[in-house]
Amino acid sequence: MNPPERRSVAAWLDDRIGLSLLRDFLSHKTVPMHRFTVFYYLGGMTLFFFLVQVCTGVLLMLYYRPGADEAFESIEFLMTTVPFGWLVRSVHAWSANLLVFFAILHLVSVYFLKSYRPPRELTWVSGALLLFLMLGFGFSGYLLPWNQLSFFATRVGTDIAGVVPGLGEWTLRFLRGGDRVTGATLSRFYGWHVAILPAITVALLAIHLLLVQVKGMSVPAAAEEEATRRPAMKFFPHFALRDLSGWVFALGVLAALAATLPWELGEKADAFAPAYADIRPEWYYVFMFQTLKLVPGGEVRGIEYEAIPILLFSLGGLLLVLVPFLDRNAARDGRSRGWTIAGIVALIFVVVMTCYGYASMLPLYIVFLTALLLALFAWITRSPEAQ
Amino acid sequence: MQSEAVPRRRFINWFLGTSVGAVVAAVVYPIARYVSPPRIPEPSTAQIEAGDTSDPAFNEKGFKIVRFGADPVIVVKAAENDFRAMSATCTHLDCIVGYQKDKSRIWCNCHGGAYDLTGRNVGGPPPRPLTPFKVDLVAKNGKPSTIVVTKV
Repeated sequence: MNPPERRSVAAWLDDRIGLSLLRDFLSHKTVPMHRFTVFYYLGGMTLFFFLVQVCTGVLLMLYYRPGADEAFESIEFLMTTVPFGWLVRSVHAWSANLLVFFAILHLVSVYFLKSYRPPRELTWVSGALLLFLMLGFGFSGYLLPWNQLSFFATRVGTDIAGVVPGLGEWTLRFLRGGDRVTGATLSRFYGWHVAILPAITVALLAIHLLLVQVKGMSVPAAAEEEATRRPAMKFFPHFALRDLSGWVFALGVLAALAATLPWELGEKADAFAPAYADIRPEWYYVFMFQTLKLVPGGEVRGIEYEAIPILLFSLGGLLLVLVPFLDRNAARDGRSRGWTIAGIVALIFVVVMTCYGYASMLPLYIVFLTALLLALFAWITRSPEAQ
Repeated sequence: MQSEAVPRRRFINWFLGTSVGAVVAAVVYPIARYVSPPRIPEPSTAQIEAGDTSDPAFNEKGFKIVRFGADPVIVVKAAENDFRAMSATCTHLDCIVGYQKDKSRIWCNCHGGAYDLTGRNVGGPPPRPLTPFKVDLVAKNGKPSTIVVTKV
């Protein structure tokens, strides 16, 4: 009898799961080259921080105990006694912020480049929903340490949900697991944070990434001529390696932030203590928080004034999701001045209100710094053909 | 010959359609009920003792927050032997208010809501006044010393 033919592992796998199909796909995948190519890295960067969240989140689950009497103490134990517990939690908290930051940056760039125009409407919709899911992760994860800040953020956040006419009371009780923010709320938020939201996110992320592969990268109308003139870059290995370099750099930044500015735990939640001075939510909610501060008290036909900005923000969110179906001009020729102006106005509003909320110009400087870093990264990662 | 009243195909489609609908309803209804937390009747509190008038908290901060059933109530020392009590839950977005002794006002740090010492909303975003509570000072050893807070 002849000895079995010696074959490589790759060939063995190829016979069973069709690796060559993936290889063929990757070898043919290309990325258009033009002056806006740098924005193609932002989705990958967002994905990187999401993966960091999954890994550190799983590690945190090994020690975290949900419950009003245990949650704060378990995080305290994690940060003071567990080896590198402080690092894992800090990386999780910093990465959460950077994830939201890059998701917003990704969305803003896609918005202004009109990449949502046909046939990529569903890629946009799934992406916008993913951003809302990330905000949901942020909100639900915020409560888990059960400190004063998280306690009040949840009281306010769930009370805002209760403002919705008709469904408000049911939503509030559904979110809180009762009438008040208690240990029951903590159990619910934990369930949302580690099971329900991840399950929805994985499904939506799979759709989002699949659509990006199926439809390829969108070339902005302003760069179409340039993209036909310049040869496209092979995704593998050229673009993927650039992506990877960014991820390694991001990991370094994340480690530096977590090590030098560890995330504070604060004081344990107390349902019978006043909110402390200068309490404010995470930076991505500050523009809404500041707007709510400016709306005077009062009621009109039984509807409190604060419901008006809350409903307007909800409407803004809905418009954002539906942009591809509303922006007819972009669908026609890739340009739509009205929506660009609306986007700029919204962006200015968000930045100004955030600066106002912090009583500082730092948010504006961060916007400028981000633009500068993107320009620098665009220059570093330009295609060899253009050098 | 086919009956004209209800053709067999339409009858089967209707039958299957309603069956699927019934199965979906049988799954969704219990889940919808399950995720809505049950209303648990709470023992109603009508009156509490909020400690002594000589509590150092009144001298230091001018107020303290006490537990009235499951809800917080703020007790403020407005003047000697003049104590006020009202719900400590801000009517704006549910934060817990404090007291600014130097400005003699109830203040919410969350969104900058201000109330006077009767609980009336006088500044910032709160839409309604704080629910007032009645305060009685019960004498002990001939001196009014125990603060009793009663639901109005």
